[in-house]
Amino acid sequence: MLLTGCERQSVVSAEPPQSASPIRTRLLTDKQYVNTITQVFGADISESVLPPIPPMERTDGLLASGAAFVGVTSDQISQIQLAAATVAQKVVDEEHRDFLIPCSPESAIAADPVCAGLFLAETGRLLLRGSMDETRLAQLVDVASYAAEQTEDFYDGLALALEAILISPEFVFIVDSVEPDPERPAQQRLDSYSLASRLSFFLWNAAPDDALLQAAENGELHTPQGLARAVDRLLASTRLEEGMRTFFDDMLAFDEFNSLAKDPRVYPMVTGTTLEHAREQTLRTIIDHLLVDEADYRDLFTTRKTFMSMPLAALYDTATGDGWTRYEFDDDSPRIGLLTHVSFLAANSHAVRSSPTLRGKALRERFLCQKVPDPPPDVDFSTLEENEHATTARERLDAHNSNPSCAGCHLITDPMGLTLENFDGAGIFKGIENGATLDISGELDGIFYDDVDGLATAMRNHPKLSACLVNRLYAYGTGGPVSLRYDRDSLKWLENRFVDKNYQLPQLLRELALSQAFSSVRSPQAPENATIAAAGIIGPLSHTTKSSPSLAKTDALAKAGNF
Amino acid sequence: MRKLSRRRFLKGALNGGVVTVALPLLDIFLNDNGTAFADGMPIPTRFGTWSWGLGMSKSIFVPKKTGPDFDLPEEIAALASVKKHINLYTNFHVFQDDAPNLCHHSGWVVLRSGIAPLTRENRPGETIDVAVARQLGNATRFRSLSATATGDVRDSFSYENGNSVNTPEWSPLRFYQRLFGDDFQNPNASTFTPDPAVMIRKSALSAVQEEARKLEKSVGADDRARLDQYFTGLRDLERRFDLQLKKPDPREACIVTQAPQDLPVGLDAGLLSTRHRMMTDLMLMAVACDQTRVFNMFYASAFSATTKPGYDKPHHTATHEEAVDPELGYQPNTSWYTRRAMEEWAYYVQALADFKEGDGTLLDNAFIYATTDQSFAKIHAIDGIPMFSAGTAGGRIKTGLHIDGGGTPGCRLGYTAQQLMGLDIQSWGDKSNNTSSAISEILV
Repeated sequence: MLLTGCERQSVVSAEPPQSASPIRTRLLTDKQYVNTITQVFGADISESVLPPIPPMERTDGLLASGAAFVGVTSDQISQIQLAAATVAQKVVDEEHRDFLIPCSPESAIAADPVCAGLFLAETGRLLLRGSMDETRLAQLVDVASYAAEQTEDFYDGLALALEAILISPEFVFIVDSVEPDPERPAQQRLDSYSLASRLSFFLWNAAPDDALLQAAENGELHTPQGLARAVDRLLASTRLEEGMRTFFDDMLAFDEFNSLAKDPRVYPMVTGTTLEHAREQTLRTIIDHLLVDEADYRDLFTTRKTFMSMPLAALYDTATGDGWTRYEFDDDSPRIGLLTHVSFLAANSHAVRSSPTLRGKALRERFLCQKVPDPPPDVDFSTLEENEHATTARERLDAHNSNPSCAGCHLITDPMGLTLENFDGAGIFKGIENGATLDISGELDGIFYDDVDGLATAMRNHPKLSACLVNRLYAYGTGGPVSLRYDRDSLKWLENRFVDKNYQLPQLLRELALSQAFSSVRSPQAPENATIAAAGIIGPLSHTTKSSPSLAKTDALAKAGNF
Repeated sequence: MRKLSRRRFLKGALNGGVVTVALPLLDIFLNDNGTAFADGMPIPTRFGTWSWGLGMSKSIFVPKKTGPDFDLPEEIAALASVKKHINLYTNFHVFQDDAPNLCHHSGWVVLRSGIAPLTRENRPGETIDVAVARQLGNATRFRSLSATATGDVRDSFSYENGNSVNTPEWSPLRFYQRLFGDDFQNPNASTFTPDPAVMIRKSALSAVQEEARKLEKSVGADDRARLDQYFTGLRDLERRFDLQLKKPDPREACIVTQAPQDLPVGLDAGLLSTRHRMMTDLMLMAVACDQTRVFNMFYASAFSATTKPGYDKPHHTATHEEAVDPELGYQPNTSWYTRRAMEEWAYYVQALADFKEGDGTLLDNAFIYATTDQSFAKIHAIDGIPMFSAGTAGGRIKTGLHIDGGGTPGCRLGYTAQQLMGLDIQSWGDKSNNTSSAISEILV
């Protein structure tokens, strides 16, 4: 059936009626821990501890989605307790107590339940992301009083009560709480505190602030106008940048930089600082393009605008001033879009050489949400041995294409990876390889091109590009991997809204935060574990898409792999 | 009935695998000789693991001779100085049964958990060190400790369950601060004053535990298990608080050194060696100070990306892409990486042997279980996967032996280790990896 333009418009503008997301119990991520402590107590307090949170499993492309599944070992709880003790001691020390504690005790060497109660009620509300009931508050005040008597110090007592909040599972886990939806009989929605948390962690990657909690307490968040007002405030805040930086750092798997190093004998210009700047350059480019300019998401893959710093300038063979400055590559430069940033090129290479396969794999998995299968265990490497002394990577990787068991996967990674072979393992431009001019022509899903510009344009126009961003943001916002079984229609609707809004990120964030899918929850009986899915699985093997950083550690595994 | 000596019992009961005597294993395996500190306190038994990546070059790794006086082929020549402290196990198999052979994954998962994973996402339910830590870990500040030489926080073979990895220490400085920071109670300190804050912390825990229980009721089954795990962790915290209120027993080998300098990230073999030795020194000092009795050291990952100066293939890439030299009969660069691993294994064993404890050394009171992920990595082989052990577990293990497993399950070594550590298990491992046959040749 053909739809007219108006009919199409009406179809895509209405959110599917059954849109809802799962109830989640998420562990705070390390950044959420830090951001929350910073928001409540200040940066100097959060900087005094290393976040005691275990690393997450990358699940369906995001570490953040792993938070819905990870458990906390006994050893990690002891680290949470040690961090809690450090934070609590600093909050009450002489340097901080006057502006972090809203009252002074009658005596500094005795219990003062009134002052303790005031502090614990206020602070507990912010840390636990909702008001405490009277029983709980009374228990904490009792702890503070008993401890003050034992230690003969009001502030030590208060610190021990604060410590109890900071090791509470309600602080460490973000537990969704639901209630019947009065607008939709027999359906459930997040209660207002849980909705406030979901919004705040989505857009700021931190706990709700006082104003958002107030909006939850007075029922505003469950009115369309109140919700829109709250979302617009969150979107207008400077904290949005922190939230989106974290999201894109996660989506691009930049956690890889935490252990990334290049062999200094091969790449003497590349230090730890250089790599940190490479990560920062890409994040600055993304934030500037998407949040400051509110430009088309797809243009990130073709823009020549970026930022430059002194450590990076040497790698880009250019000059720059001190600090970070805006920079634009020339029109005839081989640098075009995110794929030609040092960050992407270096992170998806070996320590000693580039890897077309890793780059192609990353391009598909990070930006198109496709899954490239692992090599089969019985793969025959004899042709690779014969090509060991090949002049170029293309010659070396020809072995992949001539061997049917390799070709199935390598044909979906190598053609676009080889287009980036003008950049070495550190992302530095090289005109030739071992004296040979490089053939950088290639193909991406039926689009043939001659050079990097062609690859960049093919990426920009790839039909999965915007769907992938929508998929990842939906997972990030609702706290776990998407389910194609349940979320397919909602995702399609959101993608259409994104298209209608000219691929502008703030508009997509707003649509998602205001959507029914975001605040409504579907039956907990839905079998979530069986439905984790990415936007696409390609290649000859069928794979689930949940991966483990520690054991599967897909990206790092591949990095060490035969590529 | 004539009383069985422990030695006679072990020889009879464990050789061949059928254990029918229903005596508590912990008692059975107690050391007759009763090694003890000078003050008469019994010396605790310790359990450690060590791991290297990508197996071996069989032709220059597996000794020609078995039993004592085995030869040291060139790939393991670095072990000469510690040969008397270790056992080498070859020709033991890891069985995949109906599970796929997951490259660089199935091998180590089976040896650490006894179960062949069905997918790469299958994590071991519980690794051997966690099971042992439940037995040995209650008397120390840390039930177990894990550290990696790779500098990557994601590198761990220690799992409490499928969703919960024991995060390794990856930075020497951070590891030092965790071990010997404010929370450290020096066992050799002349005075001991219990911290009143610890008692208050302990009393405040009950309210937190109550909250955890309440929260459990509001979530689904999977999340309830995670919150229950949290609750269990809070109880362990209580145990640790109790320990902090007692004066620790003195430990003669416990000498806290200066904090180390941190190292840059990277996997250059030289840097890896430096980091491994720093982490080993810290870990073993923690053991000597009785901060833990179960400890995991991770030298290189299953997909080891260690690099060699002047060679453009990291270790894993080399295993696959480097041709077997027709004259040498092995892959020379790949073997270079394995030789570096063996040097580190030798360092680790010697470091344990250098700690004096009672009439012997720390190594005499420990059992170290060392595993890898493949036998011949080039073709992802898991049959004939090599393993090592070190230490005599309090005089209960013979060392200096090369044991040929004859194709029996590699899980036999893990099973033997758990029996030695006092776990009351009748068998270990799943399907073809299941065994109730200890490696009797090594038992005293």
